[in-house]
Amino acid sequence: MAKMTLPFGPQHPVLPEPIHLSLTVEDEIVTQAIPALGYVHRGLEKLVDIRDFNQMVQIVERVCGICSKIHAMCYVQGLEELMKVDVPPRAKYLRVMWSELHRIHSHLLWLGLFADAFGMESLFMQCWRIREKIMDINEATTGARVIVSVNVVGGLRCDVDDTQTRWILSELDEVEREVRRLESTFVNDYTIKKRTCGIGVLSAEKALELGAAGPTLRGSGVAQDMRQLKYAAFDSIDFEPVTALDGDSYSRMKVRYYETLQSIDLVRQAIAKMPDGDIAVKVKGRPEGEILSRVEQPRGELFYYIKGNGTKYLDRVRIRTPTFANIPPLAAMLPGIELADVPIVVLSIDPCISCTER
Amino acid sequence: MSIETIPAALDTIVGEVVKMKAQEARFLTMTAVSLDEKTTELLYTFDQDLVMTHYRLTVPKDTHVPSISPVYFAAFLVENEICDQFGVVFDGLVLDFGGKLYLDEEAQRTPFCKFAVTRKEKA
Amino acid sequence: MPVSVIKDFIEKSRLKSPWLVHFDCGSCNGCDIEVLACLTPLYDVERFGILNIGNPKHADMLLVTGTVNHRNKKVLKNLYDQMPHPKVVLALGACGTSGGVFREAYNVVGGVDKVIPVDVYVPGCAVKPEAIIDGVVTALGRLAEKRAEASASAKE
Repeated sequence: MAKMTLPFGPQHPVLPEPIHLSLTVEDEIVTQAIPALGYVHRGLEKLVDIRDFNQMVQIVERVCGICSKIHAMCYVQGLEELMKVDVPPRAKYLRVMWSELHRIHSHLLWLGLFADAFGMESLFMQCWRIREKIMDINEATTGARVIVSVNVVGGLRCDVDDTQTRWILSELDEVEREVRRLESTFVNDYTIKKRTCGIGVLSAEKALELGAAGPTLRGSGVAQDMRQLKYAAFDSIDFEPVTALDGDSYSRMKVRYYETLQSIDLVRQAIAKMPDGDIAVKVKGRPEGEILSRVEQPRGELFYYIKGNGTKYLDRVRIRTPTFANIPPLAAMLPGIELADVPIVVLSIDPCISCTER
Repeated sequence: MSIETIPAALDTIVGEVVKMKAQEARFLTMTAVSLDEKTTELLYTFDQDLVMTHYRLTVPKDTHVPSISPVYFAAFLVENEICDQFGVVFDGLVLDFGGKLYLDEEAQRTPFCKFAVTRKEKA
Repeated sequence: MPVSVIKDFIEKSRLKSPWLVHFDCGSCNGCDIEVLACLTPLYDVERFGILNIGNPKHADMLLVTGTVNHRNKKVLKNLYDQMPHPKVVLALGACGTSGGVFREAYNVVGGVDKVIPVDVYVPGCAVKPEAIIDGVVTALGRLAEKRAEASASAKE
């Protein structure tokens, strides 16, 4: 059969977000995939000209609504290092707690969407039902479900008390029990294996060469996780990156599933080791100089470049988000697979387009 | 405070990048900063076992920069982005969106550039 | 059963169980995941027959999240034009209603009402599922009004 070019997206029933792929197919087999972006580009890096460095915390939180806390954490950690601010230890542990709660909710969200992509609607509902418990914790401790806005330069905006931590722990027990109940389905189910094993394979060498990040990289067997950099309180928390070896969609799903369980454990550790004390220090001065900051987002490695000039307005904030890094690997994974598997492979990198385009 | 960087020049940058690839470093990203009306600074960042290496390249606004996307395919997205936002032209891009990766015709061109207005005296 | 009874029945169910199409304009995803959360077990609007469908030609309501930019405004207009009459538009979240924190960014046109007429504005950043459901219920009133207007002009 002759070659044909099919547009995929931007508004497509299986895509939660607008990305456009132009797929060249030959007899149902994809031979080339070219991504096109720009449907959610806002240009918020440019807002540094009119918003000062404290106000920018609220802007960078809105780069992405799913991992907003982690964006803000990366930004304020960079600024704190630049301005030589010592954050109180309690704030560091609380940052770990909230960022891991974000990871749990993001991974459950993705597991649900992935289940929906291969037609398991009730599994989608189950994941999202469990996720609501995490959203309740967010709402009870910070006042908002999605954009929690807890970080400020120099620490945190709000604290949790003992009653709340006890309640969080009991809710997490419940979440863990429910997530474990899904293990046999996600890991052993025949249909899921049939749809995901060997689909969209990315070898470890290829993943490194194409600059993959996060679960996409770890699903190919490379144990690299920015939490190994020991930012915030990760220096005193036991942590081992989760990996899987096959590099296919199934491996990436397994990594995210086991990271959900791992994050529950990390929240418990953070709460157990959390010292008493202040949660913020007063910040004096203006940022000057340049700094790089990296943290691990649910989707992978997040990179911020911040340049200050001694005034309250920064010169430049550059955000490199994990999906931005994962799009070239996606373009390399798609050739050779069947057209019907495209949604699964696209979803398997956990695309977050609003992150990518900012 | 400033980060440690290795200075690079227009004719050496591709060679340095090829060397990084031979060491199996992972390409992280490129960062462009508009220094003043005439120069743009490009920062090439690589990662190897959680340690970052940076190359700094300062180019005048009207010069073409050799693309590193033939070496690291992953660089095509970020080079197109810089082309959109800063108007830097890369030679030899594997996938060239022609300055329209993000921006449509109606939008402001090269929004990140700093411009200087010079008034010409009447002859 | 006489035809008029069936017609009344369809009319009534259309006004109680609208089908929605959701379009992410330039949202940060915060509002999008809350729209999806409305459909999941805790809020579960599907039990009232309110469905989220991908096809604009099946939809009565258009839910738009996020700011409009120069590229997606054509897609938004296109989607709106494809929907059958009567239709209502909900702008969700601070960005959808006014442009939010991004209103001064270079690639942002503004709120949804810069491109298509909006019937219900739902504030919040991110908008809460309760607020979305409230907005949809308010929009049902607008849908009934538009329906009545349409049938009145058809009789004339």
